Amino acid sequence: MRIPILKLHNYLLVSIQIDLDDKSAIEFQEDLLSKIHKSGATGVVIDLTSVDIIDSFIAKVLGDVVTMSDLMGAKVVLTGIQPAVAVTLIDLGIHLQNVPTALDLEQGLIKLRQELEE
Amino acid sequence: MDFQSCVKIQKEWDIVGARQMGREYAKEIGFGTVDQARIATAISELARNIYLYAGKGKVCFETIDEINHKGLCVVALDDGPGIQDISQVMEDGFSTSGGLGAGLPGVRRLMDQFDIISQPGKGTEIRTVKWVR
Repeated sequence: MRIPILKLHNYLLVSIQIDLDDKSAIEFQEDLLSKIHKSGATGVVIDLTSVDIIDSFIAKVLGDVVTMSDLMGAKVVLTGIQPAVAVTLIDLGIHLQNVPTALDLEQGLIKLRQELEE
Repeated sequence: MDFQSCVKIQKEWDIVGARQMGREYAKEIGFGTVDQARIATAISELARNIYLYAGKGKVCFETIDEINHKGLCVVALDDGPGIQDISQVMEDGFSTSGGLGAGLPGVRRLMDQFDIISQPGKGTEIRTVKWVR
């Protein structure tokens, strides 16, 4: 199952609404990078409001896609991480320290605008 | 031990199937949303280990419903190559697959009880329990 990636001005918006298996996660990573390349987007918001589990593999894919996009020149913000997901990530020992996050889509867009204007 | 149900782990999608079934059980027993997420995440890690290292195996569930405690027992079984050095795989950050190395030590923190029996060449059994608080 492919995850839709929407373009809004110079941003890309993604809302993950499926239970991610390993293959969909990797496909999403590739799709996002090629969409950044084609669209020339400078900012990306990945909204995780509907994601109720992030295990170590999905966390690695998400962390990697932030670093990869950064290499290409696009800033990524993860938004909407649920309380239960935050708790389990810390239990797992995954801190995602260099990954920008925000409470929701709105805050995520504000954060992107601030980062890109700096 | 007879299990209530088992999910075979043979392909990638079975990892998702196992954690969805585990979450259903956890919900039925009365775990809160955070513990449901902990259980589902632990199952995901256990099932992925089977898929990556043993190729195939199963994840089994047993609900525990006694007078003074309720819980869910999750057992991961495989006939794979086994684990040579258990203390090494229980170290944070150790990985042979290029992953985050959060797998087994993470599972131990997510669940309340964690026992591992592994015989090189014969397979691995990991038994975990989460109690309803």
